[in-house]
Amino acid sequence: MSVDRRKFLKLAGLSTVLGVAGQGTLAAFGKPISPARFESPLTAKRWAMVIDLRKWTEEDSVACVEACRRAHNVPEFDNAKDAVKWIWMDQYDHAFPDEEEHYLPEKLHEAQIPLLCNHCDNPPCTRVCPTQATWKRESDGIVMMDWHRCIGCRFCMAACPYGSRSFNWRDPRPHIQGELNHEYPTRERGVVEKCTFCEERLAEGEEPACVAACKSGAMTFGDLEDPESKVRRLLAENFTIRRKPELGTHPEVYYIV
Amino acid sequence: MFEKALSGSRGYWTWVVFLLAVIGVGFLMYLRQLAVGLGITGMSRDVTWGLYIAQFTFLVGVAASAVMVVLPYYLHNYKLFGKMTILGEFLAIAAVCMCLLFVFVDMGQPFRVMNVILHPSPRSVMFWDMVVCMGYLILNVLISRVSLDSERKGIAPPRWIKPFIIISIPWAISIHTVTAFLYSGLAARPFWLTAIMTPRFLATAFAAGPAFLLLICFLLRRISRFDVGDEPIRKLAIIITYAMAANLFFLLLEIFTAYYSGMSEHTVHFNYLFFGLGEARRLVPWMWVSVTLGALSLLLLFVPKWRNNLRILPWTCALIFVSIWIDKGMGLVIAGFVPSVLNQVTEYSPTGPEVLISLAVWAIGLLILTVLYKIALTVRRQV
Repeated sequence: MSVDRRKFLKLAGLSTVLGVAGQGTLAAFGKPISPARFESPLTAKRWAMVIDLRKWTEEDSVACVEACRRAHNVPEFDNAKDAVKWIWMDQYDHAFPDEEEHYLPEKLHEAQIPLLCNHCDNPPCTRVCPTQATWKRESDGIVMMDWHRCIGCRFCMAACPYGSRSFNWRDPRPHIQGELNHEYPTRERGVVEKCTFCEERLAEGEEPACVAACKSGAMTFGDLEDPESKVRRLLAENFTIRRKPELGTHPEVYYIV
Repeated sequence: MFEKALSGSRGYWTWVVFLLAVIGVGFLMYLRQLAVGLGITGMSRDVTWGLYIAQFTFLVGVAASAVMVVLPYYLHNYKLFGKMTILGEFLAIAAVCMCLLFVFVDMGQPFRVMNVILHPSPRSVMFWDMVVCMGYLILNVLISRVSLDSERKGIAPPRWIKPFIIISIPWAISIHTVTAFLYSGLAARPFWLTAIMTPRFLATAFAAGPAFLLLICFLLRRISRFDVGDEPIRKLAIIITYAMAANLFFLLLEIFTAYYSGMSEHTVHFNYLFFGLGEARRLVPWMWVSVTLGALSLLLLFVPKWRNNLRILPWTCALIFVSIWIDKGMGLVIAGFVPSVLNQVTEYSPTGPEVLISLAVWAIGLLILTVLYKIALTVRRQV
């Protein structure tokens, strides 16, 4: 390793400035963060999720959706027309509409499948955005969303083959149930939103809210590029399916049925 | 030259005031949409585009259709279209303005519209659509302004305008090609994912646009002294015949591929349009009306005796316009969303405010058209 004196001083100076400024800014938001939390964000080259439907329980269905809703101030509307969904439960033939399986095991016929953004490796939604308000983060593959840049044209919703994007047809704020999470922004009407694999939690070293809330252990989150990771082990040991892989989107949420 | 639009007959002013009233009502509704959000429309999580984007799509075709008079006039030196070209160019201007307005009223965050320019995204078809539509608007404003100005002065148009006119011909094709790409490039929507969409868009455009132009010519004959003559009208009717025949042919190709292959993801959307899916059959009567009117108009065009009869032709034009407006201005966009990507059937119909806002955009377009035609006709009478 060769760090010369000049470079070292530069780095040292920079980190001091950042450290002080960072702490000050965050303190202003009323959320003191210990430096330890900064030091250990969860990182990966390619985030992916494996959902084991054999293990999935009814409690999970409630807990995971609820945890996400609370963590991200997801509004709840009375009518399906205005619905905003990040992670939600739906039946098998909606999750996998191309497979016309009439003789599925009864368990799957009745099953509720957790659905969320697939964080595709080749996302069709980011390609169509006319303002680059949504993009695939190169460092870890998360499909990100900037609600302050989105013009609300909904081209991404037409392009997403999974119905994973929602538009705020009305002001969502009066429809946020329960206590507001002040650590996460609310949205305004007229923008598109979706699951972000909890990138804000990953940055603080925590797993996604749904994974943390899934008591049965049916949800596994990890680095697809790390051969030693839990997701890779599950993929190697089990037959998994993905939603509409034939479209070339390379979805990164895998299901064990 | 604008002062020429400020003096007119009683009928002219009644029409202008009527349009302004429609615009006023629509504007109030738009203020409500701004306050409440797009939730006041019939659009939903499943059907995310509706009347606004459908009208935009239809009107891009009307705008592009000006090329059908410009091309024979300038490239083939077909002088008889001379009187019509200015009408076509002005129609293009009005139609592109309506297109841009329809996209604008469809936006969830209209105040951020400049983001499209601030953060240009060459991978997005919508970005390119904006580029070609704006370019087409500028081209047509420039060309019609310069040629009308020369006409007023009684001199030949300057030579430098010629390249712009030549460019405007492929440019017209490009606006409708790029608009078709908005749809035909989406893997998520099998109904739109077809390479024939672009040629079919052009065929419908070159039928509906000139049909509208002919209706205007017939109207101008009645309410003014401006007469383009029988011969160019009959020539344009032949162009419309070819375009309409191509349109029907392309539709049959689509239907063959869908039903003979039997792929349910393709047939299901046609089933929804023409037979309904269970209880969901809101578009069925519309689509049958569209197909019937289209077939009838084609029959009236195919028989030379009827096509050349200038008493029948306006009716034929009206049939074509309505047929394509239903097909492209409703069916095409909505059927792409029904059933949804999760195979759920959510129907759509526009709400009152949505219809009023759409009418207002149409009224703005017609007002632009009225003012431009008024100027052109006044200039023409002077020389």
